[in-house]
Amino acid sequence: MALSRDEVEKVSLLARLALSEAELVTMTSQLGQILDYIDLLGEVDTEAVEPMAHALDLADVLREDEVRPSLPRDEALANAPKRDDECYRVPAVLGEG
Amino acid sequence: MPLAKLTATELLGQLAAGQVTSAEVTRAFLRRIEQVDGQVHAFLKVDPEAALAQAEAIDARRAAGKPVGRLAGLPVAVKDLLCTRGEPTTCASRALEHFRPPYDATVIARLKAADAVLLGRTNMDEFAMGGSNENSAFGPTSNPWDLSRIPGGSSGGSAACVAARMAPLAVGSDTGGSIRSPAGLCGITGMKPTYGRVSRYGLVAFASSLDQIGPLAQTVEDAALLLEVLAGHDPLDSTSVDRPVPPYTQTVAKPLDGLRIGLVREHFGPGLDPEVDSAVREAVAIYTSLGATVKDVSLPHSKYAVATYYIIAPCEASGNLARYDGVHYGHRTKQPADASETDSALVQMYRHSRAEGFGPEVKRRIMLGTYALSAGYYDAYYLKALKVRRLIREDFDRAFESVDLIAGPVAPTPAFPLGEKVDDPLAMYLFDLYTISTNLAGIAGISIPCGFSSTGLPIGLQLQAPTFEEERLLRGAHMYQTATDWHQREPELEIAS
Repeated sequence: MALSRDEVEKVSLLARLALSEAELVTMTSQLGQILDYIDLLGEVDTEAVEPMAHALDLADVLREDEVRPSLPRDEALANAPKRDDECYRVPAVLGEG
Repeated sequence: MPLAKLTATELLGQLAAGQVTSAEVTRAFLRRIEQVDGQVHAFLKVDPEAALAQAEAIDARRAAGKPVGRLAGLPVAVKDLLCTRGEPTTCASRALEHFRPPYDATVIARLKAADAVLLGRTNMDEFAMGGSNENSAFGPTSNPWDLSRIPGGSSGGSAACVAARMAPLAVGSDTGGSIRSPAGLCGITGMKPTYGRVSRYGLVAFASSLDQIGPLAQTVEDAALLLEVLAGHDPLDSTSVDRPVPPYTQTVAKPLDGLRIGLVREHFGPGLDPEVDSAVREAVAIYTSLGATVKDVSLPHSKYAVATYYIIAPCEASGNLARYDGVHYGHRTKQPADASETDSALVQMYRHSRAEGFGPEVKRRIMLGTYALSAGYYDAYYLKALKVRRLIREDFDRAFESVDLIAGPVAPTPAFPLGEKVDDPLAMYLFDLYTISTNLAGIAGISIPCGFSSTGLPIGLQLQAPTFEEERLLRGAHMYQTATDWHQREPELEIAS
């Protein structure tokens, strides 16, 4: 199935990727080729088939809700590209500033 | 014989008998790395001092008569996607170039508890996405048999370092063939255990329903040894299965009586290199000479495996990689965060951080997965693929009613030249056609060397077994290695002085 450049650009926003114009063009053609190939699945009759999301037939795996030490804050923050003493820092989310 | 040429089992015997020290063994492999890894580039990081310090500590414990672990003093290389506390864990990505995890993956904790010496971090396709190791942000690995060719991927560094005798054992991960394919192309043994056999806790996730960690080694016996240490239930991974781990090393040398081998009709069609075809058939003839019976089986949905995989894996990847947002860890853009017409400043920061951090293949798969899961396409792609996945699994269930193991090629051709398929992602994906269905079905598979092309490149034989039949798989694979010596061949590399 053919994809348009504009569709690819929309998906790049959903995927939170900034793609250059050249990347958009390449991606449009490559994704189109891959999707064309994937269309092969259309010939399989899956009418009465249950989807298989997982290789193991696991029901919910539960454990006791015991209090255990969690990752200390400093260690959790240690890899943050931008932080203060307690929090991750990000650009302003509300309003512009 | 130089220490670096010995198998893990031989080295362990010498270590236990006090014939060598871990420091001597570790130094031998470090020297070998120094001599040949400039050409191969199997390692992203080796810290000789840290490795020797581990080795000396284990030697001291052994000398003092204290108990030591199952792999005591044996060097092990680790694919650079297993979180190791305080050590760089890059996934061969710019996005994680400076990431140092605050905890150990369960597999790393098990290696440490077994007193293995963590020798170094091996190169890979970025986030394990690829089959050639050319997607590493830090430069590709070369095939030790021909430096102008790919080692396979994504565990290409792990396979190449064992093939070039830079490590006796290596750990890899396999989502669609990422252990078996490079093992086959580099002429070594590599195993993907059943989904759930080895804990994935601390394995940087690519496609969570397909990823599985496994061993790469010179021999099946060595793979059994490493699997014995890696396998087992882990409360920190709810998909790791609570079943006893059989003592693989104790049973591996027992031949399988009355072994029934299935040859998949669909695997011997167009696209299979004639030399690979005949090497695999000759390997099957060896099994016949060992008393096995061979019959044709059919996996009618195997031709849909690549298409199914390239929906399911990218869908799962697009979710798993959403966490690399430039906030909690990993690369963050230096570009000023300005709101645009469509994006807030925060979204701009996300988009630029991710665009700068990820390479082209990772972006392609995130885009493919995001598209397939986006509104209006979910049923047509993801749901459809999950249904075909069940049909692929049912094909195997049916085949295993009449055979014990399935045998076939690992890859359609021997290793191809570096650069040959980089601009053709679909051709690259189709290279995985024989390995991918193992992951979709969740069963176990192993690759063992079964010959060479006329140009001197290794050819691999793939064996597959039903879920949790690793013991059968290892015993069956070992039988072949008792009758052949392909696994003892090693590449000739120039020694750098």
